[in-house]
Amino acid sequence: MKSRYQNRIELLQGTLDLLILQTLQWGAQHGYGISQAIRARSGDALQVDTGSLYPALHRLERQKWIAAAWKVSENKQRVRVYRLTAAGKRQLLSERSRWEQLSEAIAGILSPVKENEA
Amino acid sequence: MRFAFWRPSRREELGEEIEGHLRMAARERVEHGENAREAERSARREFGNVGLIREVTQDQWGWRWLEQLAQDLRYALRTLRKSPGFTMIAVLTLALGIGANTAIFSVVNSVLIEPLSYPNSQQLVALHQTAPGAAGLASFSEGLPLSASMYFTYAENNRTFQSLGVWATGTASVTGLGNPEQVRTVFVSDGVLQALDVPPLVGRWLSAADQVPRGAQTVMLSYEYWQQHFGGNPSVIGRNVMVDSRPRQIVGVMPAGFRVVDAAPDLIIPFAFDRGKLILAGFGCNGIARLKPEATIAQANADIARMIPIWMHTWSNGPGTNPLFYLTWKITPAIRPLKQEVVGNVADVLWIVMATLGIVMLIVCANVGNLLLVKIEGRQQELSIRAVLGAPTSRIVRGLMLECVVLGLLGGTLGLALAQVGLRLLLGIGPENLPRLNEISLGSRAPEFALLLSLLSALLFGLIAVLKHARTGIPAGLRSGGRTASVSREGHRARNVLVVVQVAMALVLLVSAGLMIRTFQKLRRVDPGFSDAAHLQLARISIPGVLVPQPQRVTRMQNDIADKLRAIPGVTSVGFASEMPMEGIESAWDEITVEGKNYPSDAIPPLYLYEYVSPNFFHTAGTRIVAGRELTWTDIYGQRPVGLVSENLARDMWGAPANALGKRFREFSSEPWREVIGVVQNVSADGVNKKPPEIVYWPSMAANLYGPGPVGAVRTVTFAIRSSRAGTQSFLNEVRQAVWSVSPSLPLASVRTMQNVYDQSLAQSSFALVMLAIAATMALVLGIIGIYGVVSYVVGQRRHEIGIRLALGALPQDIGGMVLREGGRLAAAGIVLGLVVSFILTRLMATMLFGVSANDPFTLVAVVVLLLGVVLLACWIPARRAMHVDPMVALRYE
Repeated sequence: MKSRYQNRIELLQGTLDLLILQTLQWGAQHGYGISQAIRARSGDALQVDTGSLYPALHRLERQKWIAAAWKVSENKQRVRVYRLTAAGKRQLLSERSRWEQLSEAIAGILSPVKENEA
Repeated sequence: MRFAFWRPSRREELGEEIEGHLRMAARERVEHGENAREAERSARREFGNVGLIREVTQDQWGWRWLEQLAQDLRYALRTLRKSPGFTMIAVLTLALGIGANTAIFSVVNSVLIEPLSYPNSQQLVALHQTAPGAAGLASFSEGLPLSASMYFTYAENNRTFQSLGVWATGTASVTGLGNPEQVRTVFVSDGVLQALDVPPLVGRWLSAADQVPRGAQTVMLSYEYWQQHFGGNPSVIGRNVMVDSRPRQIVGVMPAGFRVVDAAPDLIIPFAFDRGKLILAGFGCNGIARLKPEATIAQANADIARMIPIWMHTWSNGPGTNPLFYLTWKITPAIRPLKQEVVGNVADVLWIVMATLGIVMLIVCANVGNLLLVKIEGRQQELSIRAVLGAPTSRIVRGLMLECVVLGLLGGTLGLALAQVGLRLLLGIGPENLPRLNEISLGSRAPEFALLLSLLSALLFGLIAVLKHARTGIPAGLRSGGRTASVSREGHRARNVLVVVQVAMALVLLVSAGLMIRTFQKLRRVDPGFSDAAHLQLARISIPGVLVPQPQRVTRMQNDIADKLRAIPGVTSVGFASEMPMEGIESAWDEITVEGKNYPSDAIPPLYLYEYVSPNFFHTAGTRIVAGRELTWTDIYGQRPVGLVSENLARDMWGAPANALGKRFREFSSEPWREVIGVVQNVSADGVNKKPPEIVYWPSMAANLYGPGPVGAVRTVTFAIRSSRAGTQSFLNEVRQAVWSVSPSLPLASVRTMQNVYDQSLAQSSFALVMLAIAATMALVLGIIGIYGVVSYVVGQRRHEIGIRLALGALPQDIGGMVLREGGRLAAAGIVLGLVVSFILTRLMATMLFGVSANDPFTLVAVVVLLLGVVLLACWIPARRAMHVDPMVALRYE
């Protein structure tokens, strides 16, 4: 029971991690910026829960996939800005290919129905 | 402590980050037209529970366990503070154990483990040789020293050494620098300083050019001598000092603390071997060498063995002698690492002391463990409640362990301070001749050792506590619901086992200490061959050949000194000899042949120790004359061919002391016969723990004194002065004045009483004795505390039961007996276990014992009786308390 619970968490985490890494691929960004970017890119479809965002950022930082530094924003505000590290770039590639495999697999499961319909 | 500062800042950062997020979200809403207050509120709403998010985020840092640890640590500290009595006793006990162990560890580390303070000291070796075929020599534990001819052969033909040399210690008088002074010297050949490889502080080393006879006379100074006499002035190089009335040019100064193996000389003087006159014999030098980097000791031994025939073929003992006769000696190289040479047999003693204190440490742990058990029993309820309220067992166990670690570290810190004090104490009572004494310090490893010991002992007694807790389990703790009257059987058992172990280990230590005491008694009871050592003043005086060339004048001067000394008030007798027993001066021995005895032509006559003595010497020293008489001045001035022998030698040669008188013997076959005029009692010349050697005593002046030749007199002698004032400062001043009234340029060296010499010869044994006695006392006291604690605890727990018994008509004596039996049972079990263990362990100290067997029944019985008595005494107090339990009070309490 415990392991199943963990799997679910991991899946969700994995997705969020992928989205964060992908967002930072376009440039360094602070937490609020990341959540806004994901929201905008997904056409408001994905609303990142801040309760998941910050733990995820700090976990990724501990895994050294992203690095953080304090910067002063255009509004003269001290903000914590995250950027992708070399290890993070590698991680992004592998997570992307995993995601592509996953969506292909899911598509494979879903598509035969379509063929039959055709 | 660091993370405590670092942590809030990281937390603050997280707070700032979240605040920033909220501000940005609010600003955006304001930009979209919301009013400021509304915008901030909805930004917060959208964000969610800030506190929770912060906590979840912090969990990602991976320091959760650290935080819990800090929490547990605070809890542990609070628990310990709550019972200051327990904490203090536990910490003090631990500190004593850790302190004692750290102190002795420092000694062991500096003496036995640290490399010698020479560069690449692992390459340094002592050139030892044995000669099992040389009769008499076999009794010399030091083996066969090198002769000068051996040195030249080995130095010039070896293949395994970088450099090789010989050295010997000596004394010399230095004049012209204030009062005449007797100084310690080391003679070195070329190769010794080169092998040791310690560069000179000023000037240069002695080298091959300095050892040419009739060449420039040179000398090196020690740093200490240089500071004392020349104020550390570097311009001393090139100046002359008068050494034994001969000028020597100073060519260098060695750095502070420099030693030639174990000798700390004031002056280093080059040997001046005259190659043309060297013979095979003259075995009087210590060999030292530095191995080539790739060479092993086995290869070096093979190398020396290869060169021994070269040596025999290169040199001779003079015309008509057979150089190959040394083949019968079977000279065999036995090269040893230099460190082994320096450290010598002290290793045995140190390891035994270390092991002993290790046992004390175990007892300490058992004691603290026992205290903890009692404490945990009292805390059972609290622990159970914590468990029921959801604290995981691992957390509770960790908490207990942490308490133990805190105790251990507190004890370790205090122990380290105690070690500092203890080490000073240890060096105070330690043998003066402890090797590498000057290198002993607490050192950098001591704190590490103390820390390790603290943690290990914390682990040990912590484990006891945890196992106990695990065994009792949670339900039991709650079930008893505060009624501690029904204490679990397991609790008793754990404590009893600990007490039995403590008693057993205390017994082992008491037996070891007892055996050492018995050894000491036996040693003290040995008649050393002199009497009333405390009232025998010694002073060593050397008359250099440059000052007084003629032997007769030397004897005359010694005679005058003896007369002047005899005239000092309170002096009853004066004599002198080439050495006093146990003085540690390098022994000399010779071939002795007895008239009328046939010796096979190919064998060498046996070798015997010999000494030179003055008239009245034996009377002064208190050495009994077994038969015949002492020398007289008439014998000496008349150069009569006479001598004395020791009792054991007389028995060997002639069967009985009285038979020896009038018999004749001689040193070399070419010399005239000499007559035995007296037989003296055996003297323990090598210390009372060694068999007294057979000794020949020659007159201090005689023809053929040092082998065939004209008359000679022994120039360096130890004066023995019998006086009740021996050792007092006023007396020593008068002694100096008396000597200087004869010749103002004679220094006095090794001024001490015979008692000092005697005590020093026992120093190693007394050191071991004191250390074992300290350890045994600690063990005994801890053992008593352990037994007392358990028995009185049990009495406290059983008050109720005892009250009922008394109410039902049991006699107080029965109750007292019951308690005593309880203690007696524990003691008996401990004693049996201890006897078994000590039977095995005391064998290890066999080398330190003298006159007693490792299973000495007297010691065993005495220790068992002592231990039983003390244990019963410790139980008697709680027993009395039990007898005086008032049944009414005990029952009402219930």
